[in-house]
Amino acid sequence: MIGFLARRLAQAIFVIFVVTLLVAWAVRLSGDPAVMLAQGAGSVTAHDLENIRRGLGLDRPFSAQYLGFVSGMLHGDFGRSFMGGTSVALLIRQALPLTLLLAFVSLALSLLISIPLGIQAAVRRGRLADQLIRMLSLVGLSFPNFWLALMLVLVFSITLGWLPPSGADERAGLIMPAATLAVILTATNVRLVRGAMLDTLSAQYIMVARGKGLGERAVLYRHALRNCAIPLITYIGLQFGGLIGGVVVVERVFNWPGMGSLAFDAVAARDYPVLQAVVTILAAMIVLVNLATDVIYGLVDPRISRE
Amino acid sequence: MMTGTYWRRRLLGFEFVTGFVLTGGMVALVLLSDVLFPDGGSAMDLTARLQPPGQSLAHILGTDPLGRDVLARVVVGGQVSLTVGVVSVLGAVIVGIAAGLIAGYYRGVWDIVLMRWADVQLALPFILIAITFAAILGADMWRLIAFMAIAQWVQYARVVRGAVLSLREREYVQSARSFGVGDLAILWRHILPNAIGPVIILMTLNVANNILLESSLTFLGLGIDPLTPSWGGMLADGRSYLQSAWWVGVFPGLAIMLTVLGLNLLGDWFRDVLDPTSQSGT
Repeated sequence: MIGFLARRLAQAIFVIFVVTLLVAWAVRLSGDPAVMLAQGAGSVTAHDLENIRRGLGLDRPFSAQYLGFVSGMLHGDFGRSFMGGTSVALLIRQALPLTLLLAFVSLALSLLISIPLGIQAAVRRGRLADQLIRMLSLVGLSFPNFWLALMLVLVFSITLGWLPPSGADERAGLIMPAATLAVILTATNVRLVRGAMLDTLSAQYIMVARGKGLGERAVLYRHALRNCAIPLITYIGLQFGGLIGGVVVVERVFNWPGMGSLAFDAVAARDYPVLQAVVTILAAMIVLVNLATDVIYGLVDPRISRE
Repeated sequence: MMTGTYWRRRLLGFEFVTGFVLTGGMVALVLLSDVLFPDGGSAMDLTARLQPPGQSLAHILGTDPLGRDVLARVVVGGQVSLTVGVVSVLGAVIVGIAAGLIAGYYRGVWDIVLMRWADVQLALPFILIAITFAAILGADMWRLIAFMAIAQWVQYARVVRGAVLSLREREYVQSARSFGVGDLAILWRHILPNAIGPVIILMTLNVANNILLESSLTFLGLGIDPLTPSWGGMLADGRSYLQSAWWVGVFPGLAIMLTVLGLNLLGDWFRDVLDPTSQSGT
């Protein structure tokens, strides 16, 4: 068990290391940020460029820059934005909660739909209801998230005028981004719930529960669902990366001021410290969630960790 | 249980027919696009800008703000998405199969290195890295293809390796070896054909995923050059006209969705047909 934990932890750290290296390398390859910063500043001499580079720490060798970036991150110092020198940590403190809010509301919404549907599909396995749920989930999986977002705007903001098309100023602004993500998440989650329930429903204790005369609802929700909680949490945890990827895109469509919008604004302004920090933090979150998922699963089911 | 198999069989047929018609129809349209629309969808009819769909036979799906035919642009735009989807998957499959065969058949240090690397790569958040790289370095069709192939080859390597491990000690492989059949011939003729089922399923789903990824990157301005007609690019244009001309933003998205749905249906069908132990059916 200890060996398993150590191996997973080492792997997680290595993955985060690879991500930071890739990001720092990409930034480095992109050309000279000093030239870009100096654009539109009138006459710029080679001396000015040199000063800008020194100011940004770009005159140091790559290894020094990389180490500076990593050790800064470890100390909670994310550097300063190229645009006006705002602290990146401050920008992230504003954006991250909004991203997490969106991610968790979508996940909760999707579970609210996919748990009952998945259970029904498992109970009626192979029958019409099961097959219809399966078809619907395939349709849901086929939506490009950004297009679904545009279609919701078209229907609910433009045609019906019920919901604000973008922004996080009103509480209602959360509804459409969360609904977009929830539709796509539900498509996968229904299948996961169904699969987990099918494994559980054939177990002996379910027959016992039925045999002692418990109602079907109690059997399904109290006994079966509780027992497939662990595989479900695992599957859902492993999808966290996909969820964050979706959040980033959907945020952009709805101008939801989270990490995704922050990243895209940084892209447009070539504000690399911000981009670098956003990507690293999101990637680290994904890796840690995956790690936690693996560990939980390994603790509960020792067969996994012995593999 | 009788009714169970009945509905399952009905829907399997439906899945195959619908998936085949959607995917095949889209591929056929796109392959024929140069014949159907020789102007490449770029001809501007300035007297008929933002014409709604169904108003004239010349522009069945309407026209965009520059008077270009939406149907022609949707069909021509499919070239980019389908090329990216198919070529990236082919690249990933070729590398992945080779690596998986070598690792599974010869084992040893290659196997260890490959599997450790696969673990790392599967844990990387590729969507984020794709966005970063595309944003910083700029992207074009070939970069997107290369990126997706690099991101996905390990999936195939894993699947093939697993299949090889279970096949290499089988009697028919042993007997082929005892007859002096070379390693390459054994891998190619005796092992690969039996490992190909899961690879086909994965390929179908990955073509669909890569079409989605390409179009979202392009939609965000991080993919294909906006001057080339592409589904994501058309949606980015259509976004500004959502209020006045819905059709500019509806039809390219519908094209993506129907293509991806067709592939997903086929993938699901393959899973049932090629993998009799799969849990998805009855």
